[in-house]
Amino acid sequence: MTMTVTAPSPEASVSEPPLGRRLLSTPTVGPLAALLLACVFFSFNSEQFLSGGNFSLIIQQVMVVGTLAIGQTLIILTAGIDLSNGAIMAFGGILMARLAVDGTVPPLVAIALGLLVCAAFGAVNGLLVTAIPLPPFIVTLGMLNIAFALTHIYSQDQTVTGLPRELTFLGETFRVGGTSVTYGSAVTIALFLFFTYLLGQTAWGRHVYALGNSPEVARLTGIRTTRLTVGVYTVAGLVYGIAALLLVSRTGVGDPQAGQTDNLDSITAVVLGGTSLFGGRGLVIGTLVGALIVGVFRNGLQLMGVPSIYQTLITGVLVILAVTVDQISRRRNR
Amino acid sequence: MSFSVRATGALAACAVLATVSLAGCGGDGAAKGGGSAAIKVGLITKTETNPFFVKMKEGAVAAAKAEGAELTTAAGKFDGDNAGQITAIENMVAAGVKGILITPSDSKAIVPALQKARSAGVMVIALDSPTEPQDATDALFATDNLKAGELIGQYAKAAMAGKPAKIATLDLAPGVAVGRLRHDGFLKGYGITEGDPSVVCSQDTGGDQAKGQTAMENCLQKAPDVNVVYTINEPAALGAYTALKAKGREKDVLIVSVDGGCTGTKAVQSGQIAATSQQYPLKMAEQGVKAVVAHAKGGAKASGYTDTGVTLITDKPAGGVEAKDTAFGLQNCWG
Repeated sequence: MTMTVTAPSPEASVSEPPLGRRLLSTPTVGPLAALLLACVFFSFNSEQFLSGGNFSLIIQQVMVVGTLAIGQTLIILTAGIDLSNGAIMAFGGILMARLAVDGTVPPLVAIALGLLVCAAFGAVNGLLVTAIPLPPFIVTLGMLNIAFALTHIYSQDQTVTGLPRELTFLGETFRVGGTSVTYGSAVTIALFLFFTYLLGQTAWGRHVYALGNSPEVARLTGIRTTRLTVGVYTVAGLVYGIAALLLVSRTGVGDPQAGQTDNLDSITAVVLGGTSLFGGRGLVIGTLVGALIVGVFRNGLQLMGVPSIYQTLITGVLVILAVTVDQISRRRNR
Repeated sequence: MSFSVRATGALAACAVLATVSLAGCGGDGAAKGGGSAAIKVGLITKTETNPFFVKMKEGAVAAAKAEGAELTTAAGKFDGDNAGQITAIENMVAAGVKGILITPSDSKAIVPALQKARSAGVMVIALDSPTEPQDATDALFATDNLKAGELIGQYAKAAMAGKPAKIATLDLAPGVAVGRLRHDGFLKGYGITEGDPSVVCSQDTGGDQAKGQTAMENCLQKAPDVNVVYTINEPAALGAYTALKAKGREKDVLIVSVDGGCTGTKAVQSGQIAATSQQYPLKMAEQGVKAVVAHAKGGAKASGYTDTGVTLITDKPAGGVEAKDTAFGLQNCWG
């Protein structure tokens, strides 16, 4: 219904105020339908699929990439992209693990330092994107290599084991009805709700959308675009730090090899969630749906006994379809 | 506008239907008879594409068919993808497998996930390489990698017949047990220890042909008089051969390797590689599936270490080191 309200002003294309509400209906409807249909399909094809325990498992499995994808969503909304998030997370994780295990600092301080360093990586990305300026693709490609190398240098390629409880606590469970849920899953859901609020209900969120739609218009309307961009990348970096803690709690170790394909997986979640790669359109809650689509297919196919390579195949098909939908709806908007 | 909403929904529905039918196709073979009776066995390899793991899967599929068991497979996205393997373990436990066969990507990092699977009553067998600690799995079915290295070390020593050696070692990667064991085995077989002055160059290759070539090129810059090359596997050996050939050194340098892949064995036949230690991924998987089925039918759990065998393959036997020829090697190769 909100659609018809914006229809009379076609020249305003996508940056009208009712945009926020329009987004709620458009880009997430398709992904949500896809997710539900997939769930129905797997329920009919696997006895084990439809259970609280299994859904809890799927959320645990997507929480790391899902959290990375929150940061990725913020950056893609500004028409940027982040290829370095998996590598930044890996560095944050190994830093937390080593500092805590070596006993150099108390575990909680190790976590705080890990979060700070991840945020700093994000800030450097943001500064390079705005100050010089360089394309986000190139900046984050470089940062991917830098963070990857630092991870391996700092860890000496050793997996860190014997983590203190502070680092693995989020992997422990509490009960909701008859189902065990990890604290990490709860943190992930809380993050999604928080960023949904931040983007949808605050001026900062509106500015992010405006920046993605047209940086020039955003600047002329008085938004301090440089500061905003650096802020977005820094917040994304902080979110990657949280993902690092979630990862460490899930695997129970500090793993220098972690996160190598997570940059692409996080982009997949964002795209499947209906957020436009061209910026300015999308919802962070859609990203959760996108991450869940991948998780549901991986879990469901495994329960059916289908080799995991089919999951990759299907993910590829879905990504292309999702972008096709985005393009078609863009053309109609014009 | 409502059009675009409808189009979005319709496209998404199409997407799901298309993928669902795809999944259906893939599922037919594997899920057949998956009602209740069939014993479920899971196989988790490091990657889907490495010929070694393809052969391993082949052995598991054949054994599962023969035993009437239902096999599900999964793999990491890349060598070292610990998180991917953890996800696969969880999903297989949820699917109700009786046993999991796994080639751990990270011998330490996989341990907590395996502990969870075992406490859920699933028997876990490591294939190809052990976990750290080794008792994190019920059993290990693998090549004795130290022995594989020793065989080519002894062979190289005999083939050099007392000539002073200048050795280059093209290794795997830091901190990976398989690579360390083969390297140490080679030195032991050659009768030297780490730090021996005859080892003039050591480089990591990740077991990759292109990186093996680069490593050898660099070694030749550093020590042009290299005359023995130990390689972690045959792709690295073939890379080394290419580098040596570019320098016209391919005839007077002895290359030895480990693995016994079909490409590698053919390279032994054509004389590019002098000798290789052949291992048997098919056997590892076959015996693993059988052990899970036996356990599920009320037998005891598999335990300890089962050596799936290693054979020195060469057409130029040297100094009483026991070996088979490439005809045997090609019959038993993988890939």
